[in-house]
Amino acid sequence: MKRDWLPLLLIPVLGLAALPLVGSAASWVTLTVAGLAMGLMIFIMASGLTLTFGLMDVLNFGHGAFIAVGAFVAASVMLALAPWMTADSLWLNLAAIGPAVLAAVVVSGLLGLAFERVLVRPVYGQHLKQILVTTGGLIVAEQLLKVIWGPEQITLSRPTALRGAFLLGDIAIEKYRVLAVVVGLVVFAGLALTLNRTRIGLLIRAGVENGEMVEALGYRIRRLFVGVFAVGSALAGLGGAMWGLYQETVTAAIGAQVAVLVFIVIIIGGLGSVGGCFIGALLVGLTANYIGFLAPKVALGSNILLMALILLWRPQGLYPVAKR
Amino acid sequence: MVKQALRAILSDDLPRSRWLAVVLVAILVGLAVAPFLFPGAKSLNVAAKICVFIVLAASFDLLLGYTGIVSFAHTMFFGIGAYGVAIALTRMGASWAAVAVGVVAGLAVAIVLAAVIGLFSLRVRTIFFAMITLAVASAFAILASQLSDLTGGEDGLNYRLPAELRAPFSFGDTLFGVRLNGRLLDYYLVYLASVVLVLALLRIVNSPFGSVLMAIRENPFRAEAIGYRTVVYRTIASCIAAAAAALAGVLLALWSSQTNPDTTLSFDIMVDILLMVVIGGMGTMYGAVLGAVLLVFAQNYLQDLLAIAHKALAGVPLLANFFHPDRWLLWLGVAFILCVYFFPSGIVGRLRNRR
Amino acid sequence: MTALLSLRGVETRIGRYHILHGVEFDVAEGGLTMLLGRNGAGKTTTLRTIMGLWRAAAGEIRFDGRDITKMETPDIARLGIAYVPESMAIFADLTVQENLVLAARAGPPDPKRLEWIFGRFEALKRFWTLPAGFLSGGQKQMLAVARAIVEPRRLLLIDEPTKGLAPAIIANMIDAFRELKDGESTLLVVEQNFAFARQLGDAVAVMDDGKVAHQGGMAAFAADSALQQHLLGMGMGEHQ
Repeated sequence: MKRDWLPLLLIPVLGLAALPLVGSAASWVTLTVAGLAMGLMIFIMASGLTLTFGLMDVLNFGHGAFIAVGAFVAASVMLALAPWMTADSLWLNLAAIGPAVLAAVVVSGLLGLAFERVLVRPVYGQHLKQILVTTGGLIVAEQLLKVIWGPEQITLSRPTALRGAFLLGDIAIEKYRVLAVVVGLVVFAGLALTLNRTRIGLLIRAGVENGEMVEALGYRIRRLFVGVFAVGSALAGLGGAMWGLYQETVTAAIGAQVAVLVFIVIIIGGLGSVGGCFIGALLVGLTANYIGFLAPKVALGSNILLMALILLWRPQGLYPVAKR
Repeated sequence: MVKQALRAILSDDLPRSRWLAVVLVAILVGLAVAPFLFPGAKSLNVAAKICVFIVLAASFDLLLGYTGIVSFAHTMFFGIGAYGVAIALTRMGASWAAVAVGVVAGLAVAIVLAAVIGLFSLRVRTIFFAMITLAVASAFAILASQLSDLTGGEDGLNYRLPAELRAPFSFGDTLFGVRLNGRLLDYYLVYLASVVLVLALLRIVNSPFGSVLMAIRENPFRAEAIGYRTVVYRTIASCIAAAAAALAGVLLALWSSQTNPDTTLSFDIMVDILLMVVIGGMGTMYGAVLGAVLLVFAQNYLQDLLAIAHKALAGVPLLANFFHPDRWLLWLGVAFILCVYFFPSGIVGRLRNRR
Repeated sequence: MTALLSLRGVETRIGRYHILHGVEFDVAEGGLTMLLGRNGAGKTTTLRTIMGLWRAAAGEIRFDGRDITKMETPDIARLGIAYVPESMAIFADLTVQENLVLAARAGPPDPKRLEWIFGRFEALKRFWTLPAGFLSGGQKQMLAVARAIVEPRRLLLIDEPTKGLAPAIIANMIDAFRELKDGESTLLVVEQNFAFARQLGDAVAVMDDGKVAHQGGMAAFAADSALQQHLLGMGMGEHQ
């Protein structure tokens, strides 16, 4: 049985190539962990977008709205629970983060349902209008965030237990990044299991390939799509909450900013492919961190270069989804 | 005779609505006499901005309305034109030679970049192109603010315009109480250039080339089957649009004597252009004109209206925020979505249906 | 015999094109009806319209006495209609097994029934865990048909099952269809291969220019070479 492992190899290749350039092993480990953490956060935000695209050929340019909403909701809850955040107890810290993240996930999921109903559904199958309307949705959502939370950025600091770094010899690894990696891997594993081991997952994978045939087999794909859209929005909210805590500031523009990275990731991965999205996210995260260390001036442009290189190699992205 | 001349100037693409014609004439004349009718730095600034944005929006309409492709990189070309002139004037001093170098360099960079992006990504789908342009434009904006030696970074560039365009330059005394100085000359340079550029774009969309673009927009597969290389046509369209956007950027740089990322490259400007074209009316050229006027007005004056509402609602906690003067974009955003749903041909379409 | 499926005055438009101009025919319960016609006569569009994948702009489609004209595709499928499109539309990234598991709505596929399917289409058993994209064209066709019959369905709509198949596989296909029509299912099959159609069909409906130009028994149609010449533009068995 033939599986395409080549794209997966890119990650260790990139890592090893960076090692001699970075020079010190300690800095390399720190950068690698930072890159993985960033990549996994982007993966969490991007996974839903790539699935909804694959399933219904809908690309939501307003996806950033869910990211921003997640960040704001989580920030509000954490600020309300400030005493627990600053307490010197891991459990109290988690008792503040838990509800904050849960609220972010629920609110962005619900917003996703509304977004799908009001903005996406009327323009199924019309790409130009889809782009315009969902971009309009992003504009309005960004303004509404300012209406509700005010125009100023919100500053929040990480809870006591997640500040600082683990020290292993002369290697420093930020605690929060470890958490981000763990959460990202859990989300990836959860998605992979759902897609590969459940009937819903089977339906989604079949629907990504050929939605019409799934309908002809007697399944209501629209309902499936709404579900995936809501879950994707909720995951974007989760990613947004984590991103906000990572940056320690939250602004209404966060959604549009991160959405650019998200787009690059799903283009690299191959539109519609969750596995490709995972690899793409890690590549983007690692590249950003290595280049950020080696040549800070061009760090953010490096993603475009990465995208261009990958598209030169595989014009449809790493894992093109078999279509019709 | 007059009618024929008008047809020739407008490339046979008449407004086809009495009201639209009235509004367009009002804009044309209003902008022509603006320095005399509304003297003062702020209103002249608004008028010049309207001229620049009319060109920018019209060039975007060539892409969005006539070719059916969404590019989020249009401000990038606008910025390239502006920075071309700004950098040349900064480096070479305030001379017309510098302006010429800036214009040529800006145009060349814009066209080459548009061609590369187009050939790279226009063969795929609308959505793909939209995403790629978004990514490229954001990277470019970051690059521009990082290369501070060349671009002045976040602060941008402040430079001196050629002497003839500066306030001290005088070519007469006063006319109707307005001083005939370099600023006035500058304004009319911007104004006339804008008129010429809009007429040129009008000519392009009404040429055989423009018809092919619209055929591709309606049905790319059919156009390809008839024998038109859609990628080539779309790429040429995007190069023309990029060139026109760069020229709009040149005009901005020549007007404001400062160029920075916020006024040329930011995503906010991109959103503004999108709103202008869609609300004004996609695929009509005149819609871009109306949209630009409307939006620049809204930016400068809708805030005052909102301020009144905001004051009236001062007691109501959340509701008042909806009418905060800074939330004008919220209302235009809603109008934008409604336009896409219900009035795909925007204000111009409405006016034309009414006759 | 009563009509299981009947179409009356069905019109279908795709974009600007008017493809079906009042299609009328009946499919009797139990047995196999062949839908024949030249290229572009509207056969595939007819099947897609029955399945709800294109919307009928006018007319009525009844299945088992029930009006299904405006029903959604999944609901139509759930009445017991299975569809095998001309493109086969197998899920290439899914394994053969997953393709069949998905098609079995009621639960895991019945092992006895699977054995019967494997008996007809041996390759499916051999490549059970392979992604379906790796199958050959003929094997994909087998999988597409197997997917339609993995559970008992009352009506099978099959678009050109023999296209590009080797003769040995066609023989297996004929056996399978014969067992199905003698047993649980009614079949409506679009076919270009007249030799195949003649061997298997009980009834025939011939389309021409978006209408049904002839309907009747297969035996009578097979005997009338003038009518064949007129409607299909070919001599008996000449077309492959």
